[in-house]
Amino acid sequence: MKHILFVLLLSILSCKNETSGSETVESKDAVTEKIEEVIDVSDIDFNIYDYDGLEPFINIKDDKVHVVNFWATWCAPCVKELPFFEHINENYKDQNVEVLLVSLDFPKDYEKKLKPFIKIKDLKSEIVALDDTDMNRWVAMVDKDWSGALPATIIYKGDKRQFYEKSFTQEELETELKQFLK
Amino acid sequence: MNFTKKNHQHFNNRSVVSKTLKLLAVMVLVLTLSAFTINTDGDGYKVGDIATDFSLENIDGNKVSLADYKDAKGFIVIFTCNTCPYAVAYEDRVEALNKKYAGKGYPVIAIMPNNTDVKPGDNMEAMKARAKEKGFTFPYLMDKGQKIYPQYGATKTPHVYILEKTKKGNVVKYIGAIDNNYKDAEAVTETYAEDAVNALLKNKEVKTKETKAIGCSIKV
Repeated sequence: MKHILFVLLLSILSCKNETSGSETVESKDAVTEKIEEVIDVSDIDFNIYDYDGLEPFINIKDDKVHVVNFWATWCAPCVKELPFFEHINENYKDQNVEVLLVSLDFPKDYEKKLKPFIKIKDLKSEIVALDDTDMNRWVAMVDKDWSGALPATIIYKGDKRQFYEKSFTQEELETELKQFLK
Repeated sequence: MNFTKKNHQHFNNRSVVSKTLKLLAVMVLVLTLSAFTINTDGDGYKVGDIATDFSLENIDGNKVSLADYKDAKGFIVIFTCNTCPYAVAYEDRVEALNKKYAGKGYPVIAIMPNNTDVKPGDNMEAMKARAKEKGFTFPYLMDKGQKIYPQYGATKTPHVYILEKTKKGNVVKYIGAIDNNYKDAEAVTETYAEDAVNALLKNKEVKTKETKAIGCSIKV
């Protein structure tokens, strides 16, 4: 029974995504509320950091290309572009590319919204949550040009670094990534 | 004959040169102007700039302009909306700001900048419902056609601009966040917006002129 419900919800959710763009927070909340009743999220786990804890992960000095995306489940343009980051994570692994998804969901929503979302969407990229209220301190530390709007993305390799305060299409994201693969 | 022809040619050359110079001057002017236009479009206001007035529809159906507030000393302009969790987290604090400062000459003017085709939850009906439910005492305006927020350079909700009314116009004195804790109003240690208005009311320099905070991107 649980399984049937799960599949049913999954299909509702995927239908919603196909027609997305105009979906509202309210309707998404309604879907998430239904999810939490049936989805077992005990196997979903992620680390929670303040900015000082996160900083090492966005400044790794190795020979890999790191793609770091700041997002949240309530941010419609973020949710829309998540599959593109998942695609990068899946298809560029062998080219030394690592994706990190940094969730800015509110801590009160971790269990009810973030974990069910990760499970339903079957996200494979590495996920951490950033919980640090002193945004005036760390937003500028992530990048001096960031106004604080979501979504935002960093692509970096060693000292080469590019910051994007924008949404991507899959093509745009791959074009940007390829600059780092040369 | 030859001489005249030469001279004529020379004259022609000169006119070509002067025409080219004129063209260059026009090109430089156009380039400079367009550079300025791009700048305002991309970055919006900096502290010290004169902010534009507007005439936007309020939830009560009336148009509201800054110029309507004859007795105001300035304004707390906040780009905000119904659907962004950060904006929602600050709703009560925005109302408190208006209650505290409208009487002192700094009313809150809230502007909803999102494209309501993308975010139906931010349409005029929804704005009215939200304002009624929360008992907003400040105007909650629709940036219809999304013409105003790009001039200010707002990128997200909530995004605060504190303006001081002067003879030159409404001067931007503070840009950024309301305070330093979106989660818990009780745990706030820096009240950026209040500090800015308090300083202006005492004719003092605003200490912290710009702050940054996470918000929801404005939906276009």
